[in-house]
Amino acid sequence: MERTATIAVLVENEAGVLARVIGLFSGRGYNIESLTVAPVDETRSISRITVVTTGTEMIIEQIKAQLDRLVPVHKVSDLTLDGAHLQRELALIKVVGQGEARVEALRLADAFRARVVDATTESFVFEMTGNAEKIDAFCGLMKPLGLAEVCRTGAVAIARGTRAL
Amino acid sequence: MSATATPLPATTEMRPGAEVVLRALTEQGVEVIFGYPGGAVLPLYDALFQQNSIRHILVRHEQAAVHAAEGYARSTGKVGVVLVTSGPGATNAVTGLVDALMDSIPIICLTGQVPTHLIGNDAFQEADTTGITRPATKHNYLVKRSEDLAGVVHDAFYVARSGRPGPVVIDLPKDILIKPAPYTPAPTVPHRSYRPVTQPDQARILEAVRLLKRSARPVVYSGGGVINSGPEASRLLTEFVRMTGFPCTNTLMGLGAFPSSDPQFIGMLGMHGTYEANLVMHGCDVMLNMGARFDDRITGRLDAFSQGSRKIHCDIDPSSINKNVKVDVPIVGDAGNILAAMIECWKQDDTPVNKEAQTAWWRQIDQWRKQDCLAYVQQGKIIKPQHAVKRLFEITQELGRETFISTEVGQHQMWAAQYFGFDKPNRWMTSGGLGTMGYGLPAAMGVQIAHPDALCIDIAGEASILMNIQEMGTLAQYRLPVKVFILNNEYMGMVRQWQELLHGSRYSESYSAALPDFVKLAESFHAKGLRATEADQLDDVIREMIAYPGPVIADICVDQKENVFPMIPSGAAHNEMILGVGQQGGVAGVTDEGKVLV
Repeated sequence: MERTATIAVLVENEAGVLARVIGLFSGRGYNIESLTVAPVDETRSISRITVVTTGTEMIIEQIKAQLDRLVPVHKVSDLTLDGAHLQRELALIKVVGQGEARVEALRLADAFRARVVDATTESFVFEMTGNAEKIDAFCGLMKPLGLAEVCRTGAVAIARGTRAL
Repeated sequence: MSATATPLPATTEMRPGAEVVLRALTEQGVEVIFGYPGGAVLPLYDALFQQNSIRHILVRHEQAAVHAAEGYARSTGKVGVVLVTSGPGATNAVTGLVDALMDSIPIICLTGQVPTHLIGNDAFQEADTTGITRPATKHNYLVKRSEDLAGVVHDAFYVARSGRPGPVVIDLPKDILIKPAPYTPAPTVPHRSYRPVTQPDQARILEAVRLLKRSARPVVYSGGGVINSGPEASRLLTEFVRMTGFPCTNTLMGLGAFPSSDPQFIGMLGMHGTYEANLVMHGCDVMLNMGARFDDRITGRLDAFSQGSRKIHCDIDPSSINKNVKVDVPIVGDAGNILAAMIECWKQDDTPVNKEAQTAWWRQIDQWRKQDCLAYVQQGKIIKPQHAVKRLFEITQELGRETFISTEVGQHQMWAAQYFGFDKPNRWMTSGGLGTMGYGLPAAMGVQIAHPDALCIDIAGEASILMNIQEMGTLAQYRLPVKVFILNNEYMGMVRQWQELLHGSRYSESYSAALPDFVKLAESFHAKGLRATEADQLDDVIREMIAYPGPVIADICVDQKENVFPMIPSGAAHNEMILGVGQQGGVAGVTDEGKVLV
């Protein structure tokens, strides 16, 4: 049985660390659905990688163990397994069109709580935050209305409640 | 692993980077470096020239430098150190690095690099060494700032020798080796991110001990992790196996951790393991895996592997657990610590031992032993390769000298594992994981450097030996009395065996055509060359080889058609083993699925 896992990894913010993580996934044939990385402490010495992957329980256990034995890795946490967590993704979505389609796009954006961050008479750029399904759904709706370009950050995630990594 | 030497004090005095590197190596207890010079590492070679505490051994190819360092490391438990130049120096070392990674051998490889301002410019002899070696090492570093230099060297040694050991590359741009740098001593505080667990969970130890005490058909299956833990772990393994009365089998990497002469030793297991070891693995009800990793050479077909057993898996690397085989009791820790805890727990816990069933189990094992799966017939003039190894073993036993064996890769390697007995750890160097032809001669060289008075023999094949034959020059230069014992069957024997058994005897490109005259080859490298073509010459050649005070190549011309048995064909289960020629018909049934496997 395959499942999706959102894994948070705290790493030393040093040259090559992302290559080590990505190389591990490609070298061992694991999937990456999305991956985000940025420094998260005030001295910029620690980065947090959020990786969404799929696999059998045995594979996901392997992925976590393999990540954990990389020398610059401080901590690995399977957010999907460790309890309730929040997962968010930011998307910028460009829709090009005129007339009724343009009005409809704006109406739907409002319903999805997407913000207009750029507009011309023939286009909108919407900014949207949510889980991946919500963004997928919105993009699906925009398709017939003139969807021109999508960029997405990939998921970031954090545990609910008092627990901290 | 070896303790570090006396810490050297930090200095405010700035010294050239190359000197700082050597100072850090000295503090880490380094006595020998295996290397090959080149443009980017000239500052380091200049610094080496001006000191006497570190000895440099000039190899003839960078791959051999790494294998020599592996031989040095495996026979001493210390970290092996390599020094190569940038570009081709580093890329030539890659095979050795992967070999050390697969077999968990602690190595530090210093590679030269073009100066920092030229990195990325496709400069002469530039290669993206950290990029290339990232999946070939346990960890690697590119030093871009002089103030990091000493700290990186200390960090690298810690990483190489702790947890599951492995190779570590330090890439050193030439300007960093020249510019003045400060010295910082080895840190005394724990590493900021890499802290492997070495002490086992006591609750798991108790669970394991109780499982073992209640078992009816137990087995101890031990691997390279016990050797890597140090000689004390092998002593504890022996104590544990003897106090429990259990049968014990070793992997290829684990030979010597439990004495092969002990009646409880049932031989090596796996693809070319003994009949009794594999049937014990197949039929056991509780399996204690101590420092092995359920490699595909061991398990055979996974879904048929020891289905009826509860499995206890002890490993220092959590990623080895549940990787190939789902286990019931995982124990993370150092093999020595785990064994000490298990011995203590076995004594304290009052769970009754299932003596009666275990006695019956031994009766069954003795039945399997009667199969005498390693029997061979030596008659007539043609030398059987098994006989050559067996006589080599018996004669070295008779002489009683401290003996170290290395091998190349192929049939001769398996015969060496089957017919040469090891009663102590660290006496057996073979490329287990990567299966690197050309490993044995440089490895033996490294062993001989570490043990100048010992008898170091590379059991080789005529094809493998040619892959690093240039190292005969190194033997001559340093007067290293390494003995190269070639089982010459004029074939890449293991390839030929698979072609015979799986590919309708179509010997595609596996014949060793145009071989050199190994006797003359030895002589041209200032060594002694000997040859045995008939069985009655064998003992004399072995004795003469051992008695000669310098390096020797002994060309033993053996039966060209001999195969390694027993054999678990690829894709088969342990109880589908082929015992010998009479049974080879069974191999025709290997499925395409099996043929896909190597």
